[in-house]
Amino acid sequence: MTNTPSPMVTRLDGAAPEVEVSRDMIRRGLIVGPVLVALCGVIWGMAGVSSSAYALALVLVNFAVAAGLIAVTARISLGLMMGAILFGYLIRLGVLFLAVFLVKDAGWISRPALGLTIIVSHLGLLAWELKYVAASLAHPGLKPSRSH
Amino acid sequence: MEAISHVVAAGLTGDEQKKANAAIGAGFAYGIAAIGPGIGIGYIVGKSVEAMARQPEAAGMVRTTMFLGIAFTEALALIGFVVFILIGL
Repeated sequence: MTNTPSPMVTRLDGAAPEVEVSRDMIRRGLIVGPVLVALCGVIWGMAGVSSSAYALALVLVNFAVAAGLIAVTARISLGLMMGAILFGYLIRLGVLFLAVFLVKDAGWISRPALGLTIIVSHLGLLAWELKYVAASLAHPGLKPSRSH
Repeated sequence: MEAISHVVAAGLTGDEQKKANAAIGAGFAYGIAAIGPGIGIGYIVGKSVEAMARQPEAAGMVRTTMFLGIAFTEALALIGFVVFILIGL
């Protein structure tokens, strides 16, 4: 018989590495985002620019909310964290749907630009971030910078 | 699916019927596309919580990996969402 602590009472205090990773992704998104927005502008015009900027904002806020939810609930209990992540997934998808549904008929929306930016920015930022994540015991979040 | 199309088709013109079918298809696509990532995220988080409870000193490492895993899995649902936007919204 193992002596594993119950996840319902275990809590994780201390630094939140996912917030650090998410903040870094948002910073990179704000740096390269204008390139994607400009590209959509070239293809779809002003509607492409506004749609792409809107989609980029949705993706970055989604990352921030996902990380924030983990960080806040992990300080309370692992069981709550699990529930918050699973229901958070549903709620975030719902909010994303609502955010797009409310503007779907607006004149400044180009659906292909919106969709393309959501997928490219989400996957692109994640893939790019993998290069900077250490995920080791010494550095659970990002790799230490070279200046240190 | 066909039965729903028949119900929707009653009293609709050709264009309206096409739109209704597209909306139904898109709804199914989005719903089904969200199931797989939901199962995946549940599996990732369940295993991560188990790992953190067993070895709290490795919790930081596990949390980072879990966060990235969740985000990658969620991309599948986002692809379904984008298909939904493009064909049926």
